[in-house]
Amino acid sequence: TLRVLAHTEKESSNFHQRFFLCKPIMNSCLRMFNFKPSLSPQASEGVTFIGPDTHAIQAMGDKIESKLLAKNAKVNTIPGFDGVVKDADEAVRIAREIGYPVMIKASAGGGGKGMRIAWDDEETREGFRFSSQEAASSFGDDRLLIEKFIDNPRHIEIQVLADKHDNALWLNERECSIQRRNQKVVEEAPSTFLDPDTRRAMGEQAVALAKAVKYSSAGTVEFLVDSKKNFYFLEMNTRLQVEHPITECITGLDLVQEMIRVAKGYPLRHKQADIPINGWAVECRVYAEDPYKSFGLPSIGRLSQYQEPLHVSNVRVDSGIQEGSDISIYYDPMISKLITYGSDRAEALQRMEEALDNYVIRGVTHNIALLREVIIHPRFVQGNISTKFLPDVYPDGFKGHKLTDLEKRELLAIATSLYVSCLVSQQVEVDGMKLNVTNEWNLASPLSSVTIDGTHRTIQCLSRDAAGNISIQFLGTVYKLRILTKLAAELSKYMPEKAVEDTTSILRSPMPGAVVAVSVKPGDLVSEGQEICVIEAMKMQNSLIAAKSGKVKAVHCKAGETVGEGDLLVELE
Amino acid sequence: MAALRLLPRLLPVSRPRLVRPRSAGAPGSVPERIAEKRRAALLGGGQARLDAQHKRGKLTARERILLLLDPGSFVEYDMFVEHRCADFGMESDQNKYPGDSVVTGQGRINGRLAYVFSQDFTVFGGSLSGAHAQKICKIMDQAVMVGAPVIGLNDSGGARIQEGVESLAGYADIFLRNVLCSGVVPQISLIMGPCAGGAVYSPALTDFTFMVKDTSYLFITGPDVVKSVTNEDVTQEQLGGAKTHTAVSGVAHRAFENDVDALLNLREFFNYLPLSNRDPAPVRKCHDPSNRLVPELDTVVPMESTKAYDMVDIVHSIVDEREFFEIMPSYARNIIVGFARMNGRTVGILGNQPKVASGCLDINSSVKGARFVRFCDAFNIPLITFVDVPGFLPGTAQEYGGIIRHGAKLLFAFAEATVPKITIITRKAYGGAYDVMSSKHLRGDVNYAWPTAEVAVMGAKGAVRIIFRGKETDAEAEYVNKFANPFPAAVRGFVDDIIEPSTTRIRICRDLEVLASKTQSNPWKKHANIPL
Repeated sequence: TLRVLAHTEKESSNFHQRFFLCKPIMNSCLRMFNFKPSLSPQASEGVTFIGPDTHAIQAMGDKIESKLLAKNAKVNTIPGFDGVVKDADEAVRIAREIGYPVMIKASAGGGGKGMRIAWDDEETREGFRFSSQEAASSFGDDRLLIEKFIDNPRHIEIQVLADKHDNALWLNERECSIQRRNQKVVEEAPSTFLDPDTRRAMGEQAVALAKAVKYSSAGTVEFLVDSKKNFYFLEMNTRLQVEHPITECITGLDLVQEMIRVAKGYPLRHKQADIPINGWAVECRVYAEDPYKSFGLPSIGRLSQYQEPLHVSNVRVDSGIQEGSDISIYYDPMISKLITYGSDRAEALQRMEEALDNYVIRGVTHNIALLREVIIHPRFVQGNISTKFLPDVYPDGFKGHKLTDLEKRELLAIATSLYVSCLVSQQVEVDGMKLNVTNEWNLASPLSSVTIDGTHRTIQCLSRDAAGNISIQFLGTVYKLRILTKLAAELSKYMPEKAVEDTTSILRSPMPGAVVAVSVKPGDLVSEGQEICVIEAMKMQNSLIAAKSGKVKAVHCKAGETVGEGDLLVELE
Repeated sequence: MAALRLLPRLLPVSRPRLVRPRSAGAPGSVPERIAEKRRAALLGGGQARLDAQHKRGKLTARERILLLLDPGSFVEYDMFVEHRCADFGMESDQNKYPGDSVVTGQGRINGRLAYVFSQDFTVFGGSLSGAHAQKICKIMDQAVMVGAPVIGLNDSGGARIQEGVESLAGYADIFLRNVLCSGVVPQISLIMGPCAGGAVYSPALTDFTFMVKDTSYLFITGPDVVKSVTNEDVTQEQLGGAKTHTAVSGVAHRAFENDVDALLNLREFFNYLPLSNRDPAPVRKCHDPSNRLVPELDTVVPMESTKAYDMVDIVHSIVDEREFFEIMPSYARNIIVGFARMNGRTVGILGNQPKVASGCLDINSSVKGARFVRFCDAFNIPLITFVDVPGFLPGTAQEYGGIIRHGAKLLFAFAEATVPKITIITRKAYGGAYDVMSSKHLRGDVNYAWPTAEVAVMGAKGAVRIIFRGKETDAEAEYVNKFANPFPAAVRGFVDDIIEPSTTRIRICRDLEVLASKTQSNPWKKHANIPL
């Protein structure tokens, strides 16, 4: 028997993702399970759908309709236009009416998928082109949404829970401002920004909207909040969201259990006054992606080693993979959701630091370095964040942890001790400073805990070789070091420098994916910054540009092909 | 300058105070002459040539030895030997260099004995004189007597032309010893500069030849002669560089970035080897539990039997501490060979590589595998074989090239080997290649099949086409059902057990413990006649 029509936003499954993003597919799913979309999908053929009824899903799944409904329910909304935009000119006209900056996206797209921001007419045209293409190819729905773009906003959302008896609760907020390319990376509950009045106001509007669409089950109403604590309705997600565990942590409610109860027809067990905020919870989305490229470009591979940090207390890990699983280009690159909690924010963050250090992921590139840097960044620790946090803090891209002098010495001491692989405590001298590293090195274990002059560190040795090359994950970031004996170091000065490949004249695929379009052919002249080809990976279209002006020497890919990370695509002369 | 600063460490046995004080220091006296000769020997071809060597990105002969051996462990032989050539002005004193163009001796690598010679390019371009050869022969003879490996650091322009046949005789003396040492003590060549002409046959006779990228060359005749004979235009690098020999010719077993990298890696490699054929494979303290489960392996073989996976992943996850010293990683990549440890003890690993040419056996992979198997067998190193082989590669290129006799080498090597042999069939074991890959029939001691194993004469499609020639049939499913699983082999006892992949490490470690006392011998013979 089919027990549960899985209703989590499990991003490792294309099926589930599409289920909630794409209306035609959703309808076919409903048909597949013998539901009539027009009717309430109740108990037909012995299967109960866990979630809101199709009316609510359809109403809220459509950005245009949902905004109208929100307006009618007296929910604050952002000025904007929604509907079919005829052409780029019309897009520009609308954008001017609203006033720049504006945001353009496919109506049917969920989350940040296909969302582009335009600051002038030209960018509007470009945004129109991309978004309408993506709308047609990914969602089979041409409609676009153009609206006022709130500069420097925070993304704060309200969890709601409603039953079929016209009861609805708001289960406090989650702050999801740390995003890259409009997709969430770090979430926390509660938000450092909301005061009780704002929280109540947002909660009440969220409940009003839920009631307006006769919503049942768990759902999320997303808001943008500006620096003056004005909040605007963004969209409603008619599903259990990735970040729901942090709400469970602070409220003590099991949302999945509540959803099943609601589906069965039971009334809610709680009153609004019963909903507490107990402590603080943080969630990090652990992705198989390279954070050094645009804060995260997808990476693929096989998890040759995988160990979740469940031995750290106050840690919850939700994942659908295990050692040996493949991370492929076909699905969202999420590895897991790492949740920590504590009696206050500082404790939750401390746990998160520890959990990230103890998380073993080998075989794919992952974003732990970025996650760890975010949660220890002074601005994040103070709560001074916005959805622009990453580009603001790392304007030149993420470069990894910057070691202090002491940390650098610690790292060298650890690496040297590891190199010597002694089994007993030993003293290492780094730049004339003596550091005592204590560890029973276990060369077989991916994780090592060391005490260095009394400071406790958890490090991971990723690789080491006979020539003294060691890569160590230390404070989240992977450092490549070379440990040599004094003699070998002295003699190394005679070793020749090897030539490095000139990368400006070649274009390599920055990630695995499918080639959507190639805009050049051999012999073409291209100018620096010109689009050369478009690679689609994990449903994101990435435009690859020329690093310098020149003539195209050779094109090594064609549209429709699948390419791997580092594959040579185009050569310039 | 560096060479000078390092002198004190070089000379544990040559401190002046060891000499009786009564005659110390007097000009022209014996002690003074001894000290003078030693100083000269340490300077090789002189400071200018040492500097030139550094400018080429190479270390000097003595620096190489220092880096290769444990500090202070080098004991030098024949520092006073000089060449005996009296022609072409060679007899003059300024053309005599104490020690001539090679440094020889013995020392320790992580405490274990090794004999070393290091050719000195700064003295007559490292060319081989009679004296040079004699020095090398001396350490080789002693290495065989005491049972310790010989390591050659080659950096030589070739024969000492002024000496004529004496030099050629020297080469032959070395070749003979290379052959007599073969299978008695491990012999390793590290090519760190030119090695041309007849000289190349010494490395070729040794067990392993490593090269340094961009600064080492191996060829029978250089680009100039090639041009004059065949009118071919080719650079040194293309003709005999590290890339050519590690990827194309298969002459070299691995290449390293530079001298320092190469010597450090050689130290690491040495740790895997027994000292001689009388010595068991060395055991290192092992941090990796022998009863470690490897859950990753339960899913490593893809569901679709046509999909590739990386056999190296399997090796890494099974062996101690994920350490695998691969031999010939860039050549005949459809087979992987190399050294690893199980529960601390050295093992030789072979595996078909499904990622490359479906892991088929062809001429190059057969020869690569065969030579590795024979090395392991000669030096008491147990063999662990991972099988996923669709068969021998068909085609005219292979048949004309002699796949029959080359394939037979691998078959021969596995069959004659008497070391412990453990085989794991991970997926396909088709046709004659099944027999070859350390099967039960070739005295495999323990043969396992994973549940994904298929042991059959060929894939189902081809088999059915032959069995039901010309007839329409749906017997393919029947064939798959019958043979595309481990049962046919298991019911006949051709595999000892069908095991959960995650338990593979546990099984191998346990079996190796049992097989440690294995004794097996082949019928008496002068030597076997492997199909060369």
